[in-house]
Amino acid sequence: MAPFVILFALVFVIPIAVSVRAAFYGAAPAESTLFGGGELVETFVGLDNIVAAATSEIFWSGIGRVVLYAAFQIPVMIVAALALALLLDSFLVRRVAFFRLAFFLPFAIPGVIAAMMWLYLYTPELSPFLPYLPSGIDLMSPPTILASMANMTTWTYTGYNMLIFLAALQAVPKELGEAARLDGASGFQIAVRIKVPIVRGAALLAVLLSIIGTIQLFNEPVVMETENPWMGKSYTPMMAAYASLMGTVSPSGNGPASALSLLMAGVAGVLAVGYALIQRRRTS
Amino acid sequence: MTTLTTRVARVARTTRRTREPEDLPPRSIAPRPLARVLTIAVLLVATAYFVLPVVWLLIASTKSNGDLVSTFGFWFADMNLAANYTSLMGWTQGLFWRWVGNSIFYSLAAGLVGTLVSVMAGYAAAKFAFPGKRLVLGVTLSGLLLPTVLLTIPLYLVFQAIGLTNTPWAVIIPSAVSPFGVFLATVYAQTSVPDELMEAARLDGAGEARIFFDLVLRLLAPAMVTIFLFIFVATWNNFLLPLLMLSSPELKPVTLGLYGMMSYFDPDKGAVMLGALLGVVPLVVLFIGLQRYWRSGLAAGAVKG
Repeated sequence: MAPFVILFALVFVIPIAVSVRAAFYGAAPAESTLFGGGELVETFVGLDNIVAAATSEIFWSGIGRVVLYAAFQIPVMIVAALALALLLDSFLVRRVAFFRLAFFLPFAIPGVIAAMMWLYLYTPELSPFLPYLPSGIDLMSPPTILASMANMTTWTYTGYNMLIFLAALQAVPKELGEAARLDGASGFQIAVRIKVPIVRGAALLAVLLSIIGTIQLFNEPVVMETENPWMGKSYTPMMAAYASLMGTVSPSGNGPASALSLLMAGVAGVLAVGYALIQRRRTS
Repeated sequence: MTTLTTRVARVARTTRRTREPEDLPPRSIAPRPLARVLTIAVLLVATAYFVLPVVWLLIASTKSNGDLVSTFGFWFADMNLAANYTSLMGWTQGLFWRWVGNSIFYSLAAGLVGTLVSVMAGYAAAKFAFPGKRLVLGVTLSGLLLPTVLLTIPLYLVFQAIGLTNTPWAVIIPSAVSPFGVFLATVYAQTSVPDELMEAARLDGAGEARIFFDLVLRLLAPAMVTIFLFIFVATWNNFLLPLLMLSSPELKPVTLGLYGMMSYFDPDKGAVMLGALLGVVPLVVLFIGLQRYWRSGLAAGAVKG
């Protein structure tokens, strides 16, 4: 146990403490003279960083994009994953192993590499499918880029979530389905009335993890930004935090970046807890 | 020969007969052909969605920039593989295989250390009583839901303070800590390490360390493979952590290296795709080879909810 506790402290507990502390400090010139500041020193700035982050338009427009993204992407992905899992769990399919592997394949592709691949798939001159879509569709313009990135995430994680559902479905006793059959239930009724309620726990967890994952959206927009500079360095909150730490946007430095991280964790926590509460109330 | 074939045939017949009532419904309630056709159609469309981009990647990596633009996307044009490979090596200044090697090294090291640490912690949590156990377990489980990317910036500050940035440690240490691994190991140890066995070993005079390394590790082997896989893949796929922590080109993992290559002005696209493909192959092989361990890990995750 001890090695884990030490590592866990090093990797989880101490960084959180450090970033909470850093959020209250700013780097300011030691003493301003007539010719400008001296060396940068850390000074206690109280809630300044957090207030600055919480009132910055960049942060909230980033959060807005991410929430909009999540509101469409997560339901589509979870419903698709559940539908595919129910199909594979039904009597209708024989080659389950083949489909399972095919659907799971995208999860083996690292997010950055998947994003690079899809970026080229979206590029009009390169894309193998764009010529067949109605002309005038630009998958990387300001109104469509969120949907295009949502497609990347859906592509990567649907199979993963499907496997989670499939694992939960396989824990369902077979007799339950057989009994329902004898009572004259159709396959569809069994799926909706018996199987879906049973995987509700797994679905709740999958949605929670997706919400938390989406708040941190980083790889896809960073890759998209290489070809679409209009997106800027703070398209999502995580990009803003990274850019702030790297000093490529203002306000920069450790303090503002830490404040952004903490705020994001807060938003993620609020969304996740809120969703869990709504779900619990609905089931009880 | 004939006896063998008849025996095989008989076995096949009996297995089919015994399987039927279990896997397939009696004919009276068997699905209608229409339902079956529709299902297969839906599944094939889904397969196309999930697999075709990878097929395209495979094909695109053999093309030149010109052919990428002018030829049909889902079929090969002039084989430009060798030129793309040369171009890939040129763009990466010969570092490409080094990046792949770095990815393998980081993932392997984090996987091995992380697995051992997770199993030790899980075994201790499952089989021993000690002060603060509930607190440690509770904090670990909340670590499961903590957004890992949000931790990366704080981690960077800490590692910078202790001077570990731009070393392999900066990638390996954070990746080796896996709350999910501890959770899985705890669940697995609870069910698969019998108390009687531990007592018997103690009566025979084995020390706790010996019990752990000789007995428990063997019993927990399936869980260890699963934990190792999860950590290995997570480390390989991580992008933000190495992006922040590493600045020397020699230390980059393949994800970071390819991203850097892509952000050059007008890269050779076939070469980028070839690099992407080669950076993915080790993982895909690992996935297909060790499928069943994946599923056991996911099943544990599903029960958790």
